[in-house]
Parts: sequence; C-alpha cells; structure tokens
Amino acid sequence: MARTVTTRRKSINTALAWAIGLLIFFPILWTILTSFKTEAQAIADPPIFLGFNWTLENYAVVQERSDYMRFLWNSVIIAGGSTVLGVIIAVPAAWSMAFVPSRRTKDILLWMLSTKMLPAVGVLYPIYLMFIQLGLLDSRAGLVIVLMLINLPIIVWMLYTYFREIPGEILEAARMDGATLKEEILYILTPMAVPGIASTLLLNFILAWNEAFWTLNLTAVNAAPLTAFIASYSSPEGLFFAKLSAASTMAIAPILILGWFSQKQLVRGLTFGAVK
Amino acid sequence: MATQHSRSAARLMMAPAVVLLLGWMLIPLTMTLYFSFRNYFPLRPDRDPSWAGFDNYARFVTSSAFWPSVQTTLVIVGGVLLITVALGILLSMLLDQPMWGQGIVRILVIAPFFVMPTVSALVWKNMFMDPVNGLFAHLWRLFGAEPVVWLSDAPVASIILIVSWQWLPFATLILLTAIQSLDSEQLEAAEMDGAPPLSRFAHIILPHLSRAITIVILIQTIFLLSIFAEVFVTTGGAFGTRTLTYLIYQRVLESQNVGLGSAGGVYAIILANIVAIFLMRIVGKNLDA
Repeated sequence: MARTVTTRRKSINTALAWAIGLLIFFPILWTILTSFKTEAQAIADPPIFLGFNWTLENYAVVQERSDYMRFLWNSVIIAGGSTVLGVIIAVPAAWSMAFVPSRRTKDILLWMLSTKMLPAVGVLYPIYLMFIQLGLLDSRAGLVIVLMLINLPIIVWMLYTYFREIPGEILEAARMDGATLKEEILYILTPMAVPGIASTLLLNFILAWNEAFWTLNLTAVNAAPLTAFIASYSSPEGLFFAKLSAASTMAIAPILILGWFSQKQLVRGLTFGAVK
Repeated sequence: MATQHSRSAARLMMAPAVVLLLGWMLIPLTMTLYFSFRNYFPLRPDRDPSWAGFDNYARFVTSSAFWPSVQTTLVIVGGVLLITVALGILLSMLLDQPMWGQGIVRILVIAPFFVMPTVSALVWKNMFMDPVNGLFAHLWRLFGAEPVVWLSDAPVASIILIVSWQWLPFATLILLTAIQSLDSEQLEAAEMDGAPPLSRFAHIILPHLSRAITIVILIQTIFLLSIFAEVFVTTGGAFGTRTLTYLIYQRVLESQNVGLGSAGGVYAIILANIVAIFLMRIVGKNLDA
C-alpha cells in the first residue's frame, strides 16, 4: 500500500530541503560568484550577489602570478599516479581474497584497515627523515608512494566488496570448461569487475586530490599540489577576496564535478562496506 | 573448490599489498618508538642522540601545552560529532521525504565534502569570518551589532563550524543510505496505530539507524583526531586551538625536538587505536554476515 502524499506536504518538504541545501552549498556558491568580481566589488558592503560586472581577470592574474597550471599538473600526477598504482597492486590482492578465501582472509582485511587508522602525525618524522635520505622530499614520486600507501587499505576494501558480489559459480563454470587462470581473469572477471574498479579509481582519486597532511608537509616548491597552492594564499594575499576565490574555484572545480558522480561509491568506500 | 594450486597463486597475488602495508606500518612505527626513547635534536648534530628512557613520555604529558591540547582535541571532536550526527539525522530524514528536485538537493548537500580542506579553511577564514570584510561582519553590521573577531574571540567554535560544514555531508549521506533501507510498511503500521511522530522516531527510526550512527561516529572520530589543515591555515595553533596532532607537529617539525614529538606520536597512536578497536569489531561482524 503506497502512502499518499498531499501536494501541500510535498511542497513544504521541497521548500525546506531546498532552503537547507542552498544554505549548505552557499559558501561554495559565494566563492564561485566572488571569483568573477573585481576586488572592490568582492568586499562591497552591502554584498553584491549577481548585479556586478562579470570579469575573468582574477583567473588570469592567479595563473600569471602563481603558475596555477604547474600546481594543477602536480595534483593530477600525484592523485592519478597514486590511485592507479594502488589499484594495480590491490586488484590481485582483492581478487584472491574474494575468490580464494582462507581462514586468515578476514584477519588480513581487518589488519589492512588498521594501518589506515595509524595517525599520520605519529610517523611524520620517520617519513620525513626517509624522504630526506632517499632524496624524495618535494618530489612527485615520493608523494605518489605515500598517498598510494595511505589509500591502499581503502582500495583493497572497496575492490573486495565489489568482487565479492560477482557470483563464484561463473568462475567455476569457466574453470570446468577448461579456462586457464589468465583467461579467467581476462575474459570473465575483468568485464564484470570494470564498474567496481572504476568506482574505486574515482573515489580514491578524490581522496588523494584533497589529502592535506602529507602534501603540505612533504612538499615545498617543485612537487607542491593544489592543496599547498591554496595554503600559500593565507594572509596577506588571502585578503584579496576575488583572487582567493578564483584560486579556490580552480582548485575545487575538477573534484566537485567528479564528486557528483561518486555519491554512491562514497558510502561504500568510506564505511568499508559496513553500510550499503 | 579452491585447489592447492590456486591457494598458492592467491598467496602470491596478495603478497605485494601485504608486504607494502607491513613495511609502511612497521618501519616508521619502529623509528618513532626508537626516537621516543632518545634525546634527539637533528638541528644540533653536536649533541649525540642519547638514551632518554621514559623522559620524553613524562615530559610530553607534564608540559603545560599537553592538557590544553587534549582538551581542545576533545572539544573539537566532540563538538563536530554532536553537530554532524544531530543535523545529519534530521537532514537525512528530510531528504528521505518525497519532494521535487531531490537529486539536486542531494548534490548541494554533499558538495562540501569534496572541497579540499585548505580551501574550505581559507574561504571560511577570510570571506566569512574576516572581522572587516567578511560576510558575517556585513551581516552583523546590518543588524547594528559589532562584528565578531571570530578566529581570536571564538577560535575553537570557528574551527568546529568549519569542520562540521565539511563532515555534515558525510554523516547525512551515510544516514540517508541507512534510512532508505528502512521498511516503510513498519512506519505506516505504526502511524495507523496512532503512534505520534516523536515516538515513531524514537522507537522505529532511531533503533534502525543505530548501527549507521555508530559507524559515522567511529569513522569521523578517526579522521577528526588528525585534522591538520583546518588549524594550520586558520590560526596556526594560536588562541588555544592547538590540538594534540598540531602540538606533535610543532614539536617535531617546528622545534625539531624529535624525541619529545615522537613520544607524543606514540600517545596519538595509542589513542587512535582505542577508537579503531571498536570500529573494527563492527566492520568485522559485518564480514561474517
């Protein structure tokens, strides 16, 4: 029996939800709007919402003064590299745990999860020291490795929960028909696993993109990604609101768009399959 | 049936991930433990890193900065948990109702989660909380009130606000997912039996959400215990906003007292593990199901 909802009640729900939604989104909206204003309009009192002269000047200034593209490129390499590397290492592990489980599988999974809970600050100096000794400080390679390692448990878990949903009978049938391990992986598993792998790539790219402890502490100039680029805008440059907004908008726009595609995976990935 | 052959193949496929994570865990952890028992000042090479026994551990907890930092950490974590869970429950119940444009509202609500921490800290600090040109200052003046200097007058509350804004989407999204799995017939039956909304909430919705709420609390606690960028960008640890994480960071990288900082690090690891044990128990139970 379906519940009948009156139009009145639906209207109230809608109005309330939209008001709250816009309130929560407002800081982002305001940042985007401000990025198109002149500095004078950005701090005008009373604030101007839409009636200003839209300009792209701030974006040009930010790019010119701080070479935004270099930071963007670093972010892409670091987030992309660590995610791809992590998935390459995690796929075989998750595959074997999902399809050839042993008595220890559960313990291994939980142990991997526990490494994720190690507070970064507790191992800051050892990592810092190793980076200096190995010449990895302020290098993209070093950050790719560290971010891969901190996200590896999440990647293994996400893939594991996806792989576990692939019916094992299909694999057995293929084996009966004489498929080799290689064929099994290539022709049966891969096509069924692609959506799960894609979701994992997406969520972990977002997590790596926004990571702001290691990226701030292990970079200086050469390898600094967008997190560090924005941190450099703390005062006094931060007081130029329009430019700050343009820089912020450029830093978050790519991930906001990707994020909208990843809502469902977010729940699964961040609760380690405990909420679906 | 797993054959002997596939078992050894499985072990081989697991090896890279296991070995890497084992190294990632054991090597830095051993080093931190080692440093924590030494008087180690990397910037003063003339002083040998001598054995310090438990001095660093004792000095870390007796320093005047320790208890305030624990208190700040607890207030921030507790405040953010309270706000995000309470508002998350209300918001997820609202979003579960029939409405127009539900998908768009969901996107608006989730968006802050994707904003990188340095951006949200900087945008809030300058464009909203700046005492001269910030939006809050404009708003306060509009009502004839004296603008508040947020980050020095109410620094901890300001950070709680910023961090709550970032984590409310996470709590809402998880609770919404959980609420959607609630059997609506049960609610309808209760409604027909004349159960008032508040008792329907207390006896049906809340018990159903309890597991999801526990998970939200545990996961957020682990992330919140180590928030860094929000403090780094807004106050730099000044005005009583120095969390335990930030205190250790200052000891290690700013004053380069690695022995003392490492002892602090060991405390932080122990604290995180206490929370982690509870989370793992829930996740582990789910694996058996």
